[in-house]
Amino acid sequence: MKRLLLILTLLASPLWAVQPDEVLDDPALEARARELSQGLRCLVCRNESIDESNASLARDLRILLRERLVAGDSNEEAVDFIVSRYGEYVLLSPRATGANWLLWGAGPLMLLLAGGLGAVYLRGRARGKTASEAPLSPEEEARLRDILDG
Amino acid sequence: MITELGHFALVLAFGVALVQMVVPMWGAWRGRAGWMAVAEPAAAAQFILIALSFGALMWAFITSDFSLQLVVANSHSAKPMLYKISGTWGNHEGSMLLWVLIVALFGAMAAWFGGNLPPRLRARVLSVQAAIGVAFLAFILFTSNPFLRMDTPPFDGQDLNPLLQDPGLAFHPPFLYLGYVGLSMAFSFAVAALIEGRVDAAWGRWVRPWTLAAWVFLTIGIALGSWWAYYELGWGGFWFWDPVENASFMPWLLAAALLHSAIVVEKRESLKSWTILLAILAFGFSLIGTFIVRSGLLTSVHAFANDPERGVFILAILGFFTGGALVLYSLRASALEAKGVFGLLSRETALVVNNLLLAVACFVVFVGTMWPLVAEMFLDRKLSVGPPFFNAAFTPFMVALGLILPIGSAMPWKRAKIMRAIYPLRYVFVLALALGGLAFAMQSGRGLLGPVGMFLGAWLIMGTVVDVMQRLGRGPGKLARLRRLPRADWGKAAAHGGLGITMAGIAGLMAWAVDDIRVAQIDEPFEVGSYTLTLHDVSEERGPNYLTTIATLSLAQDGKAIATLQPEKRFYPVAQMPTTEAAIDYNLARDVYVVIGDAQDGGGWAVRTYIKPMTNWIWIGCALMALGGALSLSDRRFRVAAGARKQPAGVPAE
Repeated sequence: MKRLLLILTLLASPLWAVQPDEVLDDPALEARARELSQGLRCLVCRNESIDESNASLARDLRILLRERLVAGDSNEEAVDFIVSRYGEYVLLSPRATGANWLLWGAGPLMLLLAGGLGAVYLRGRARGKTASEAPLSPEEEARLRDILDG
Repeated sequence: MITELGHFALVLAFGVALVQMVVPMWGAWRGRAGWMAVAEPAAAAQFILIALSFGALMWAFITSDFSLQLVVANSHSAKPMLYKISGTWGNHEGSMLLWVLIVALFGAMAAWFGGNLPPRLRARVLSVQAAIGVAFLAFILFTSNPFLRMDTPPFDGQDLNPLLQDPGLAFHPPFLYLGYVGLSMAFSFAVAALIEGRVDAAWGRWVRPWTLAAWVFLTIGIALGSWWAYYELGWGGFWFWDPVENASFMPWLLAAALLHSAIVVEKRESLKSWTILLAILAFGFSLIGTFIVRSGLLTSVHAFANDPERGVFILAILGFFTGGALVLYSLRASALEAKGVFGLLSRETALVVNNLLLAVACFVVFVGTMWPLVAEMFLDRKLSVGPPFFNAAFTPFMVALGLILPIGSAMPWKRAKIMRAIYPLRYVFVLALALGGLAFAMQSGRGLLGPVGMFLGAWLIMGTVVDVMQRLGRGPGKLARLRRLPRADWGKAAAHGGLGITMAGIAGLMAWAVDDIRVAQIDEPFEVGSYTLTLHDVSEERGPNYLTTIATLSLAQDGKAIATLQPEKRFYPVAQMPTTEAAIDYNLARDVYVVIGDAQDGGGWAVRTYIKPMTNWIWIGCALMALGGALSLSDRRFRVAAGARKQPAGVPAE
């Protein structure tokens, strides 16, 4: 129960995400910072980006990100810098490297597979002989007579 | 005393459910009518007993009986009455009790309104439904008993999580559970049909109302949760792709697929084995959702107090039902012969494509949700899969779905001519394209999301109108024909139009939201977009069980006052938790959403303002989809199918 409360407290606190004092003066840089920070995870939160989170670590990360951008980093360089420090866990959208291509490819591959199966099925249906043409079994005939006569 | 009665009723219900599971199944096997007939009174008795038990627990919450552990942990004497009641299901044990109550409710519904089901099928359906009840009753009784007493009752409780003290959230779980558990009915029908080895048009007609009802409840439940997140969490997000949200979304997608494929079974006696598989998977995903929430396997904002023992128990339930049903399916599916023959271009094909897209979209969500776990266990990589991934990987399927929907729904059964389906839609298509183009021109280089969303929304809404007009044919008497249109057609139109509205709303909100963060000084106006806001006053006040900081702002546009907004920042001393209450000025075009933050050292208050275009379209669309489902549910053929001979108003699951 204590753990739950702790978690919920962490969770509930995002009264405030980005603080006014963090906002950069240059609107273009700030816009870039906001966009990038939506793709970075707050490491101590549950499924929140640093843009949404109120945790102090998220604040540190937001400030760090802005420092890199002000220093002239490109978007990729700034994100790489943070990944090199905190690991790929911070990326909310995992990079398609190594086995991760399976994650990204899952949808298209499944669509191809299912599409193929579906096409085979549809062709079969378009040509197929129907079971309804099969004659009634003797029992069914008897039952039909029952119904019709009754 | 009442508590003990509740506990006792629950144990009795467990016994009744065991009987209901074994006896009718055996009777159906041996062909004994008397044994099969046990199912109906047993289903009713099981429901009444669980309702008594649930009532007893609710009574303990209403009277703040702090001799119960559960009440102590989740209630407080100063809490408003509504939240004392909703506190009954605002915790793990109580929500599981609600869950089995709904399982039993659906079972009892099938017993009461299933008058014209063949007795053997009905006995088997009720028996499978009882098996689900047995599993979850055992789970409650052995791992999560809500009726445990305290040795020394405290003077007051620890209060319900303040986030849950909200009308939207009070009703979010019951609707979701009605949806999740409603799918158990489709599951029971599927398993019973597999045991029977027989699926025909009548089966499609019986299973569809239950699926529709479940889907309607899921739609309402998800929309309520999303709306709640939007106004309560303080940054106006409506969907976070959180594992638990995904867990409710996956059954929704599959239920949507299922209720479309059940039409093909009903009208054309095709797609039988696929429909059975969908019914099994849809409920399987409901169980996966339960497992995710209760086990703590995946980190989620929705996690209940969880422990591994419960997780293992639910995993066993999940494995038994889904695994067992899939084994049965693999043994029996070949016995389900398809009958209808149809051309490559036909409504059947369009519905197959619909199912394909929905199922693959569900698969993408599933893979994305489970991937962090897979990566950690097998690849030794600790990574996150969050909203940017899902937005990129999931959206294309929905775009494709929206694109083909109006054409597919214009196609006739059996054999269609593509030109004949497209021809009446030509103006609408051009108009929708023009609207998308206009959106693109006006937003000046901000990506394709907004324009594509506008195009899809317009295409779906206007396509729906054209579809209804086509149904009226030519010549005089259109009005009379409009009135005679079956409710199922109105349902289809409302649901498809609703989908278009929701899609447009989501795209508009995500593409064009504006936000502003600043330190606002008292009585110094500031501009956000075309609006002027002024902070007038910030005061401290007291609520029934919280302290609050209320700010008063005025909102104006072009010098004209529009509204006074009062965002709040609350603190719940018992739970030691802060919450935000955003102030929102709603209208159809946009929401102005204001949140008040902390007092700043140099004077003034932090204020965060958002202009969120078209947000309300999302909920309006969801409401329309639910309405469409309900209209379709009330169609005459289901009223007849659901046992109208016995009960004139025999609409199941009301």
